[in-house]
Amino acid sequence: MSMPSETIETHTLSVLVDNESGVLARVVGLFSGRGYNIESLTVAEVDTRSRLSRITLVTSGTPMIIEQIKAQLGRLVPVHTVRDLTVEGPMVSRELALIKVAGTGERRVESLRIADIFRARVVDSTNDSFVFEIVGKTGKVEAFIKLMEPLGLVDISRTGVAAIARGSEGL
Amino acid sequence: MSAETMPGAKMVLKALSEQGVDVIFGYPGGAVLPIYDELFQQNQIRHVLVRHEQAAVHAAEGYARSTGKVGCVLVTSGPGSTNAVTGLTDALMDSIPVVCLTGQVATHLIGNDAFQEADTTGITRPCTKHNYLVKRLDDLSRVIHEAFYVARSGRPGPVVVDLPKDILLGKGTYVPMNRVGKHRTYQPQMKGDLKAIETAVAHMAAARRPLFYVGGGVINSGPAACQLLTQFVRTTGFPLTSTLMGLGAYPGSDPQSLGMVGMHGTYEANLAMHDCDVMICIGARFDDRVTGRLDAFSPGSTKIHVDIDPSSINKNVAVDVPIIGDVAHVLEDMMKVWKATQARPEKAAMESWWKQIATWRKRDCLAYKTTDKIIKPQFAIQRLYEATRDRETYITTEVGQHQMWAAQFYTFEHPNRWMTSGGLGTMGYGYPAAMGVQMAHPEALVVDIAGEASFMMNMQEIATCVQYKLPVKAFILNNEYMGMVRQWQELLHGGRYSESHSTALPDFVKLADSFGAHGIMVDDPAKLDEAIAEMIAIDKPVLMDVRVDPAENCFPMIPSGRAHNEMLLGPEDAGDDAISDDGRMLV
Repeated sequence: MSMPSETIETHTLSVLVDNESGVLARVVGLFSGRGYNIESLTVAEVDTRSRLSRITLVTSGTPMIIEQIKAQLGRLVPVHTVRDLTVEGPMVSRELALIKVAGTGERRVESLRIADIFRARVVDSTNDSFVFEIVGKTGKVEAFIKLMEPLGLVDISRTGVAAIARGSEGL
Repeated sequence: MSAETMPGAKMVLKALSEQGVDVIFGYPGGAVLPIYDELFQQNQIRHVLVRHEQAAVHAAEGYARSTGKVGCVLVTSGPGSTNAVTGLTDALMDSIPVVCLTGQVATHLIGNDAFQEADTTGITRPCTKHNYLVKRLDDLSRVIHEAFYVARSGRPGPVVVDLPKDILLGKGTYVPMNRVGKHRTYQPQMKGDLKAIETAVAHMAAARRPLFYVGGGVINSGPAACQLLTQFVRTTGFPLTSTLMGLGAYPGSDPQSLGMVGMHGTYEANLAMHDCDVMICIGARFDDRVTGRLDAFSPGSTKIHVDIDPSSINKNVAVDVPIIGDVAHVLEDMMKVWKATQARPEKAAMESWWKQIATWRKRDCLAYKTTDKIIKPQFAIQRLYEATRDRETYITTEVGQHQMWAAQFYTFEHPNRWMTSGGLGTMGYGYPAAMGVQMAHPEALVVDIAGEASFMMNMQEIATCVQYKLPVKAFILNNEYMGMVRQWQELLHGGRYSESHSTALPDFVKLADSFGAHGIMVDDPAKLDEAIAEMIAIDKPVLMDVRVDPAENCFPMIPSGRAHNEMLLGPEDAGDDAISDDGRMLV
């Protein structure tokens, strides 16, 4: 029997749950109680008729830990399905960030120019500040934030990752 | 519509009756008074008044493990539910089906720090299989039916239903069990994947040094699973070892049984685990007490793992052939495939494997020095076994040295006769658990093999046993120490016995007297049999104070951080370097 791999992998999981009181606490408690990582977590009701919520989780660990996380999630009673989008074929993942940058003069112009390159929108403006809205993969959002740092970055609010499999199949 | 309207509290009892509950272990309080009032007005369900809520859960565990049914607990809000937490965690770790009803303050008071309010669902979320807070009367009966379904299905476990007082008092319509539809999400897989089973059988047929490693999952699967296991193991001719939780799933005295595996398992079982080439793990979970040092655990074997809980698979040990399913279902299919493929392991290989096992057995690893001056704890359990083996006997234990000696020296031929706290290691488990067993089996002999320190953790339950005329026998191996703590201090901490001496012990005979139970003290090996006979003969709760050798240690032992082939067989092996620095870090 070969020794299991020790490399740390990052996986995006999609979890369909009953939208009932305490369900998020169960998921989060599972991660803290067993020492798993949560890199990003988003949740919202996606089916109001059958009261289902979809949780998108980005987590990291060895392949054995990732498998364990999926099994542990799967045995929570209000969980319908657990899908590993990272291994189940191509997916689309996006997050949205609101980024406040304050400054005047050349720095202000430069921030606007970079925002244009990243296709970020200005959603609030004062004489000495902008709030940019950017949508994209985590890497793009992070690259944008990095470029804003020297230009007067004041505040960041990110939604975390929402993801979905490509193609016609549903969860 | 013939639907009846009734108060929530009445619905609760109606649902319990429909679920086959005949006994509840509980303790009243403000929030659950409406249920107690309904209990008073009916005769179907018996209530056992415990003296502490922890004991109520252990009693329900004892009831559940000895019957295969779901145990039921009723406690009040706040301290009632927090006191139950240890029992719930115990049931979770050992996969015992229990439904625990907890009272709660009225819904409009929740979150107000009301009197006897606790966030019960928050506190019990990590220590239950699932929990519910009933906020609408319309949900009440469905939730209770669902709680029983979740508790007993798949890998069993404890379920809490938190019941606000206004829900218990309000009137609503009862929904009968057969009107509650199939569960939306929780549908454990019962049948194993046939391809995987075929692969497993192929590995078994080609094995040269096979070994069955079985656990509590076989017992949880039911008596049919235990029978199938026995048939299958006999058909294959393979050796078998059991975890602490699995004792009794396969007849302990059978020549194919190597006894218990793990930290205090037998030499032959542990070496067979280490050296086997095909390991068939059935309903066990590769617990750290079983595996020892993980990177040296059974290095050369192909591992087959049958478990109903997918999260048990590849958790600690990577396995080659995982089979998710109920033990009875999988064994049935395995047996079919075994017969259909006319699997015949190579005769010469099997003979030499059994020869190897015979040489390990010859080491007689459970041997201890007897004396006629002082009672050896092992000897006490052997004598208890001889005196009780031919009758219907149920054994519970507390946690520590006595527990391991009980596992080593009491032989279990049948499932559901052995109740012990394995996963959580809860001192104080055995006496209330024995109460629960005795409630379920009034005519049977129920013995709690205890240590004096553990016994004192829940000895208030003597009153319960006296009140309900439960003739539970507490067989206390009194060495005046927390023996396992003392043993570890001896092996790991230079013999500095920090706080492990049982100072200021009560006189157990007088203690029994004061409760109206019967007390016996014995300190002479020659009088032990007579004392045991007296204990069995008396139709009353008995506290038997067996004064045993305080210096005795529990061997064999795989020290923490060591592999199966690095066992300490006796005091002569336990030198200063017996445990590595890494091992000291482990529990």
